[in-house]
Amino acid sequence: MNDLIVKLISRLLIPFIQLYGIYIILHGHLSFGGGFSGGALVGSSLMLYAIIFGLKESEKKLPHSVSQFIESFGVLAYIIIGFIGMILVGSFLSNKSAGFSLGEFGTLFSAGMIPLLTLAIGIKVASTMITLLQRLLKEDSHD
Amino acid sequence: MMFEWFNVILVIFLIVCAIAVERTKDLLAAVIIFASYSLFMSVLWLLLAAPDIALTEAAIGAGVTTLLFLVVISRTTRMEK
Repeated sequence: MNDLIVKLISRLLIPFIQLYGIYIILHGHLSFGGGFSGGALVGSSLMLYAIIFGLKESEKKLPHSVSQFIESFGVLAYIIIGFIGMILVGSFLSNKSAGFSLGEFGTLFSAGMIPLLTLAIGIKVASTMITLLQRLLKEDSHD
Repeated sequence: MMFEWFNVILVIFLIVCAIAVERTKDLLAAVIIFASYSLFMSVLWLLLAAPDIALTEAAIGAGVTTLLFLVVISRTTRMEK
């Protein structure tokens, strides 16, 4: 897409979209939203960049191999955090009984491992979206 | 009472949008109408006390879906035959 206004506006807008997405991911255990909503926001900002500036610029910022690696890392982090509880207590994703500190209610660093899980889900969703779009654009870029 | 009427107005707008998407021949206009449909749907989710669904609907329904449809239209033709 070769339009000056679209490029300028999206260049101004993308950092704020990403900041809002990261805010929602980090506050997933306190307010509404969480891993999926915040990850979808971050992923949609990456998709906007890929569509406005083209596939080549997008792959320069975030190569396909790296985003594939990050995508698998999100799932792996979720499973590993779940298995910590399974090894220590005996049930998958056990939180307080496995020794995670619950902290003070309502603060950012609280609720044990749930912020880590939300972060893993957010990373997974965001990188899945950009991987999907890059694969779709690459499929018919032979023209 | 006030909120109920607001809900009714939103639902009527949704029905009008859905019929307009189906009737229009210009696919670009149809995509924009579909984005506005998603936006009003997200306001409706907010009034139904589901703010997380509203967030997801606004991000995916109005954002990502519109982007993907626009890419498809830019690869094919704009007008329906």
